[in-house]
Amino acid sequence: MSSDTITEPAPRLVEDPAELKVVPTRHYARWAAGAAVIVLIAQFVHGLATNPVWEWNVFRDYVLSETIVQAVWVTLQLTAYATVLGFLLGTVIAFMRLSRSPLLSTVAWAYIWIFRSIPMIVQLVFWFNLSALYKELGLGIPFGPVFFSVDSNTLIGTIGAAVIGLTLHQAAYAAEIVRGGVLAVDDGQLEAAAALGIPRLRQIRRIVLPQAMRAILPTAGNEIIGLLKGTSVVYVMSIGELFYQVQVIYGRNGRVIPLLLVATAWYVVLTSLLSVAQYYVERRYARGADRTPPPTPFQRARRFVTKESS
Amino acid sequence: MSAVMVDVHGVHKSFGPQEVLRGVDLEVSAGEVTVILGPSGSGKSTLLRTINHLEKVNRGWISIDGELIGYRRSGNKLHELKEKDVLKQRTNIGFVFQNFNLFPHLTVLENLVEAPVSALGRPRKEAEDTARRLLERVGLADKTGAYPRQLSGGQQQRVAIARALALEPKVLLFDEPTSALDPELVGEVLDVIKDLARTGTTMIVVTHEIGFAREAADTVVFMDAGVVVEQGPPSAVLDAPQHERTRAFLSKVL
Repeated sequence: MSSDTITEPAPRLVEDPAELKVVPTRHYARWAAGAAVIVLIAQFVHGLATNPVWEWNVFRDYVLSETIVQAVWVTLQLTAYATVLGFLLGTVIAFMRLSRSPLLSTVAWAYIWIFRSIPMIVQLVFWFNLSALYKELGLGIPFGPVFFSVDSNTLIGTIGAAVIGLTLHQAAYAAEIVRGGVLAVDDGQLEAAAALGIPRLRQIRRIVLPQAMRAILPTAGNEIIGLLKGTSVVYVMSIGELFYQVQVIYGRNGRVIPLLLVATAWYVVLTSLLSVAQYYVERRYARGADRTPPPTPFQRARRFVTKESS
Repeated sequence: MSAVMVDVHGVHKSFGPQEVLRGVDLEVSAGEVTVILGPSGSGKSTLLRTINHLEKVNRGWISIDGELIGYRRSGNKLHELKEKDVLKQRTNIGFVFQNFNLFPHLTVLENLVEAPVSALGRPRKEAEDTARRLLERVGLADKTGAYPRQLSGGQQQRVAIARALALEPKVLLFDEPTSALDPELVGEVLDVIKDLARTGTTMIVVTHEIGFAREAADTVVFMDAGVVVEQGPPSAVLDAPQHERTRAFLSKVL
């Protein structure tokens, strides 16, 4: 091309558009915000490490001590019992509420109404004082003769009272969660099951509940994690669960902050474990919902690594 | 003429104030294919759903192979059957839905095995063998392990037909089996139904496919406003309809 023509375009254009270079936008504000956040986090971590108030040596001494580990075990037991019993009872109440019998459905509604209305801590204290209400519990014909009876404090110890309180409270919430899940299942599913002559209980267990689980699990996960932390209110009944023990210890030695950290650490660990479990349970009940099931985090990590190396 | 398999007698059905069926009589002989045509809202689907007692009738009765559906007669009274007994009766009646209603969380094979095992108490092994044979028959032998959502609409409906057949029912009911399908998938489902028709399965098919009615039906029934207006062989009802309403309907769909 001749260089002396005056019509020559000022910048030289590349012939092939595919060779054009893309210049990404510069996000200056985003970078500045990022830097500010990093500084804040660094300050916080520095404070955690250097501020003597945290007393990490005390934390280290107690976090795996026998008393605390035992207290964690009590917390886990309370959570497990209340979860299993609460959801069992809740499922029964949910189906009562969905029942065509107006009596059953009203009773279920009333149960949910009452137990959602009473603060858990109030209810727990009620159960703690059960023997004041009913001195003896007996088995017999309603309004008729009693075959045998026992002292209510012997039958229901403190732990028993806590489990009953947590369960009854949990069941009211679980009932609504299960009912929501059941309502989310397409009517056509029950119709198809009925048209095939599948027995009624089997329809619920095999067709409805597994599909309802998809809607139940995220909320149920919330509830169980809430319950795990909620068990800390049973300290009012002097049960040796995590929060109660921590209070007992710092009441004795005055190291409030590090011992609260001990409790925090354990609650975080337990909640994380529950979250992981929830992920895998949800994944299992998602079978058939997607054309290609999503990979597990491990599969995703492996794929990422192999893709990087190739 | 062979024996009457399905006998619908003076059936009335209302939803609230709306009367959907106003005295329907229908007889279907064993081994015959009956196609029910009619405009939307004419009560075709409701009629089909009363036959397997998914809807209770307000008046009249229905029997299949001589057995009253949903009731037990003693003297002049009809006693409602318990749900357990109604479910048992339904194993004699295959039902294919417009929206397939396959169980999405179960594989194709499990969809077919569920009812024979839980409703009829068949051994699982036997039910699986039957299921594989049926899937081969509808051309889906390679899909046993797939989940319904991984299949096309036409394939899903073929699985649903195989699922209904797995109970070896005395009669098969189809509720607009191709209405939810893309046009190019209609043919594969109709082929399966035609194939069943040739093997002498008693069937009642509610559909809008006039071509299918002409080809596969022994009897065409035209319904409008909750009554049977006209019925007879396809040549009579489709080509020389006697009633004005039938003529009006056919002129719109042909």
